[in-house]
Amino acid sequence: MASRSSRLMLPLGLAAGAALLAGLYVGLVRAPADAMQGEVQRIMYLHVPTVLVAYLAFFVVLVGSVAYLLTRRERWDILAHASAEIGVLFTVLTIAAGAIWGKPTWGAWWTWDARLTTTAILLLIYIGYLMLRAAVEDQARGARYAAVVGILGFLDIPIIHKSVEWWRTLHQPSSLARGALDPVFYPPLALNLMAFALLYAFLLAQRVELGNLEAEVLRRRLEE
Amino acid sequence: MGRVWALARKDLLTEGRSKETLNGLLFFAALVLLIFGFALGPDPERLTQAAAGVLWVGFILTGLLGLTRAFQVEQENESLEGLLLYPGDRGAIYLGKLVGSVVFMLAVEVTVFPCFAFFYNVPLWRALPGLLLTAALGTVGFAAVGTLFAAMTMHLRAREVMFPLLLLPFVVPVLLAAVKGTEAFLRGAGRAEAFPWLTLLGLFDLIFVTLSLFAFEWVVEE
Repeated sequence: MASRSSRLMLPLGLAAGAALLAGLYVGLVRAPADAMQGEVQRIMYLHVPTVLVAYLAFFVVLVGSVAYLLTRRERWDILAHASAEIGVLFTVLTIAAGAIWGKPTWGAWWTWDARLTTTAILLLIYIGYLMLRAAVEDQARGARYAAVVGILGFLDIPIIHKSVEWWRTLHQPSSLARGALDPVFYPPLALNLMAFALLYAFLLAQRVELGNLEAEVLRRRLEE
Repeated sequence: MGRVWALARKDLLTEGRSKETLNGLLFFAALVLLIFGFALGPDPERLTQAAAGVLWVGFILTGLLGLTRAFQVEQENESLEGLLLYPGDRGAIYLGKLVGSVVFMLAVEVTVFPCFAFFYNVPLWRALPGLLLTAALGTVGFAAVGTLFAAMTMHLRAREVMFPLLLLPFVVPVLLAAVKGTEAFLRGAGRAEAFPWLTLLGLFDLIFVTLSLFAFEWVVEE
């Protein structure tokens, strides 16, 4: 199994790298600047793909967690753990990019906007998930606890979002969802989205392989 | 159902006899109200504006301590293992612990209300039914996730840090809705304004009591 995935790794990494470079070029050079926001708007090509990929990553945590609790196969736990780490990374990137965009646009790094606040809470939930994993010594118990948090955390997201939205009636809906984005921005955005999805797949494959090796080391140590 | 009551009764009876946690938490909750008074300054208008938030931060901090305590007592005597050895549905253990914690926390909260009205100059009597309803719904939601996570973190060395770290982001909706509901009742704004928030609390309670009931089985299995 290890050899099959490592054979896939190189093309996947190369594809991700090439797509990221192409995405950067198209997003920063080829695509037109926004009529109102100017050059700053180009951050969207980083911001939107990272947040979408982060949600995808947390969805994979949910799938891995459910599958682990049902089958008790270690590989599902490794998958969920790997995806949570990458999800946290992408969420941090999203918030950082959003803050850099927010400073010149809104005049502040942070506002208590509904989606911003939800994303921050989301980040805290999955940091808690990772810290819990690190704190539990017994592997099987840690996997079970993490799976419970992975499931409850994902199901909590819509409730958190709804409550924060009610709390801050002053929110602006996603430009993508409300169709306010000029079609001229779609191709570069789609390219960048694909690039970050490939990057996610590459990082996930790497992290899963590392997780498998860790599990193998642990197994051999126990056998001795 | 009988098991749930038996377990809740056991917890409340132990607490009622010793009162060691109850007295401590009452004092602590009053202290939180005072500390926030210092932090916000003596301006009565500002205090009134912040009152609902302060009250719920107090409840949540007190609740964190109370929930930790509920499982610590079991762990000190290694009696949770004994409970788990009984045949039958372990969901009853979760519900029993939940009911015990909710009753206990509500007892603290009801006692704190007069103290709150005293320091923050709020019209307690008129708003009391609404405040109690909000407190009950909010406490159930907080304790539903809290009981599950307390069971999860009780064996950890870093449980004092892990427990709030894990629990607080999950219960953000409870805090928001409870503060907004309390605010509406304190202003005397009437049921129409508080109703959406109470509905949100009720839904959260329903969803998380059900989910935690299932999840508890996975948390305590050996």
